[in-house]
Amino acid sequence: MDTLTQIWDTFFDWPSMREALPEMLTVGLPNTLILALASAILGTLIGLLLAVAGISQTRWLRWPARVYTDVFRGLPVVVTILLIGVGLAPLALELWGTNPYPLGILALGLVAGAYIGEIFRSGIQSVDRGQLEATRALGFSYFTAMRLVVIPQGIRRVLPALVNQFIALVKDSSLVYFLGLLASQRELFRIGQDYAANTGNESALLLAGLFYLVLTVPLTHLVNFIDNRLRSGRPEAVQEADPELSEVAPR
Amino acid sequence: MSTTTSWKTADPVHLEVRDLHLAFGANKVLRGVDLDIPSGQSVCVIGPSGSGKSTLLRTVNRLIEPDSGEVLLDGENTLTWNPDQLRRRVGMVFQQFNLFPHKTVLQNITLALRKLKGLSADEANEVALGQLDIVGLRDKAGRRPGNLSGGQQQRVAIARALAMSPRAMLFDEVTSALDPELVKGILALLADLAAQGMTMVVVTHEMGFARRVAGKVAFMDGGVVVEAGPPEQIFDSPTSPRLQQFLSQVL
Repeated sequence: MDTLTQIWDTFFDWPSMREALPEMLTVGLPNTLILALASAILGTLIGLLLAVAGISQTRWLRWPARVYTDVFRGLPVVVTILLIGVGLAPLALELWGTNPYPLGILALGLVAGAYIGEIFRSGIQSVDRGQLEATRALGFSYFTAMRLVVIPQGIRRVLPALVNQFIALVKDSSLVYFLGLLASQRELFRIGQDYAANTGNESALLLAGLFYLVLTVPLTHLVNFIDNRLRSGRPEAVQEADPELSEVAPR
Repeated sequence: MSTTTSWKTADPVHLEVRDLHLAFGANKVLRGVDLDIPSGQSVCVIGPSGSGKSTLLRTVNRLIEPDSGEVLLDGENTLTWNPDQLRRRVGMVFQQFNLFPHKTVLQNITLALRKLKGLSADEANEVALGQLDIVGLRDKAGRRPGNLSGGQQQRVAIARALAMSPRAMLFDEVTSALDPELVKGILALLADLAAQGMTMVVVTHEMGFARRVAGKVAFMDGGVVVEAGPPEQIFDSPTSPRLQQFLSQVL
């Protein structure tokens, strides 16, 4: 019985949680969001470039994209964060000082870009070739046709996979703590861990975990929602089902 | 089907194909195709599958670049032009419709009008609705292609191509993906367009249509035009054994 109580207190010690809560909210949460959002934007941009390069007819674009993807997808995220965050620190010091965020975001974004590039590439390549052909037949150049017709369709199809990648970023943002954070730079995990170390129980860490869930679970459901909607079409399509529709449309 | 309004064909062009060659590796798809399409005439291209009919159309508007030969528009060699310029003058409609599924019917038509012709939104909508009127689908302007039947989708594709005021049109087996009862309506549209004096090349398996509507029928086999002439001549007194054999199989 004592052991059970002890375990309960380790996880659910309300005073420890209450103590950690204000900093979680005012410091940890904003910092995690900054890291996740900034690296998501960077990763999406890199991913788009990689995808376009990856399907290019030119070997000199395809090949570097391939190598990039293999490298950053193949390394553990921690290794990349440390290599970039510590390795480039002297350069960063001259540019903006000791703040580890820019390099942390860069590292997270570089890794996310590799995955997102593959997601975009598969999406773009899944678009029927006839779409590009028809667009070009109207007189559009290759790049305009890709930009206006092919890429928007490809991205739409892979939105669920893309959101999954954003979920991974929310979690992986905790890894920047390896770069050493000032008190005001700590994100959710680091604050939870600090309080856990001070109080000798894991309740603050559990609270950090709850914060992560609050961020990631809605995203998971967003994935399911998008997925369903992509499968069943827009609600409009169902309501307005055409009575004259005498055959099943091919797409 | 009856159309209340009809197309005004912007001065049609004389299209001429001379000694067109194309090979994919060792596979010689076009082996010296010659075809003359006088201004305002419709030429039907018939022949067994794999004879190079569709490839010929794609080579004429340079969705595939030929290895050698000439494509002349009113006597000018188009192979020296920018392909995008060529395609704005020579429209194309495909077997698989290739409408943009992520855009509405109206947007399918206005996209090129706005981005390539530089029309304002209002001007583009007016042109597009006019074209939809002609094909009898004005009431479907706000729908997405996926909500339309195959026949309706193909009519939108035709409207989309004609909205660009092409001076010649290429039709690549445009009824082959349609249910039999929907074929007639599309063929009636093509006949209408031919009667309006559009220069057009129609690759088709509809022999009845070719006989009724074509000014000239060209029989392709093995990457060359084996025999070409007025429909009566081709269908009633074919001279080459290959054409005789083909006709005995399809008629």
